Amino acid sequence: MEKELWKGNEAIAEAAIRAGCDCFFGYPITPQSEVPEYMSVHLPQHGGVFVQSESEVAAINMVYGAAGSGMRAMTSSSSPGISLKQEGISYIAGAELPCVIVNCMRGGPGLGTIQPGQGDYYQATRGGGNGDYRTLVLAPSNVQETVDFVQEAFDIADQYRNPVMIVCDGLIGQMMEPIEWHPIPKRKLPPKDWAATGRKSREHNNIINSLYMAPEDCDRHNHHLAEKYAAMAKNETRWQEHQCQDAEIVITAYGTPARIALTALEALRAEGVKVGLFRPVTLWPFPERALHNLAAASHVKAFLDVEMSSSGQMLDDVRLAVEGQKPIHYLGHAGGVMPTVEEMVDAAKAALKEVK
Amino acid sequence: MKREIIISGFGGQGGLAIGKNLAEAGMAEGLNVTWAPSYGPEMRGGTANCSVVLSDKPVGSPVFAHPTELIALNEPSLAKFEAGVQPGGAVFVNSDVVTDKVQRTDLHAYYIPCSQIAEEVGNPKVGNMVMLGAYVAQTGLLKPETIEAMIHHMFTGSKAKLVPLNIEAFRRGMACVQ
Repeated sequence: MEKELWKGNEAIAEAAIRAGCDCFFGYPITPQSEVPEYMSVHLPQHGGVFVQSESEVAAINMVYGAAGSGMRAMTSSSSPGISLKQEGISYIAGAELPCVIVNCMRGGPGLGTIQPGQGDYYQATRGGGNGDYRTLVLAPSNVQETVDFVQEAFDIADQYRNPVMIVCDGLIGQMMEPIEWHPIPKRKLPPKDWAATGRKSREHNNIINSLYMAPEDCDRHNHHLAEKYAAMAKNETRWQEHQCQDAEIVITAYGTPARIALTALEALRAEGVKVGLFRPVTLWPFPERALHNLAAASHVKAFLDVEMSSSGQMLDDVRLAVEGQKPIHYLGHAGGVMPTVEEMVDAAKAALKEVK
Repeated sequence: MKREIIISGFGGQGGLAIGKNLAEAGMAEGLNVTWAPSYGPEMRGGTANCSVVLSDKPVGSPVFAHPTELIALNEPSLAKFEAGVQPGGAVFVNSDVVTDKVQRTDLHAYYIPCSQIAEEVGNPKVGNMVMLGAYVAQTGLLKPETIEAMIHHMFTGSKAKLVPLNIEAFRRGMACVQ
């Protein structure tokens, strides 16, 4: 397969088109504007619909409508824009509709900065909208993974009738890297017999709704959702371990910091420091069991969590998984500043020194 | 083999394009590559830069504080990045725009009159191809044939007439350091 050099954001859009995205609704915001820009030119050429909406709120509600009629629908934005979409995401999750949402994260809070950030971890994994719902959250750390995940996300969304989020950051969106368009394994998907496509000869109306007036009905619906989320947690949890077999210090990181950590691993291993990387690939479901088991290994002495967040958000999940078995240190920057290889090297050594 | 290169200059000088050309050529020669641009308000009339990694192993961090080589197309770029270059590294300076000299004595400095050569070959826009030639010839990282094939690929149809001009600029740049 021939390699092609693609910019992250444009590759996201092309991947969605290849995955059969029917409709894209979006609004420009740095650093993800190349996604709607590319879509505006290329999606209509493939028979799809592109709408630049009047706002992010409108865009997510257009996704709601299109997904409700059985279309493969997508939106993308960056942090402040994703905040505006939260109500719609909650409705879509409540109405059990599949869609793909890309968050090319920048620094916050508020308008923050247009430079890369990871301060939306809580929002993505805990739900920025109301109610008991989950979105499956995929966190690629290079452009190849990003295009693979975007393509797979449509299938995952259809399989579970649930929104799937791809969270990358400004750097992944803006950088160029060689990729291959290899085929993505196809899932066996249920028919969209729930879609509101007009009654025709059907016995009943298909109704898309997230409102349950009777508390018992709403309770039942929530328990049904919880069962679905449990199935997602069982089947879809993903992570990667690098050089963890003998690691004394394990770095936990996702997205861009995880790939910076790979260079730190090289530097530390060259100095004889036994270091590994545990990288959650799905942020929800979080690879809790795998990290718990790694923490139980006798060779592991300590953890170093690294994020583009001032005091750590994924850190909470790392703590829940490690369950106090080993000390956890933290290194983070927010507001568009990325942690450096040198900082990771120093922090890993310092963490190890404390336990030796 | 791993090279970490920063290319920096005014918007419009073609610095980001030099980086893309290096990444494309590196990929064509089977290397692992990344190209990461600075993005932000500094790009409007100010200095823009990009970070390129060429490596025979998978690329970890696409950003770095200590480049192996710096290509400085304007003065603010030299002032900003010279201090970070790895000892023994190389700095390529567009000497028609930058009057300052490289201060550090542990670096190899190459002064390339990009604008002047570009004028001589007939188009001020190809100054970046002159610099690319100097970089390729000095580092020996990439084959000149790969770059020239890429130039043929880049300019097709009505733009095909720009191929000889760009190749001439590239070769003149190579000659600067040979």
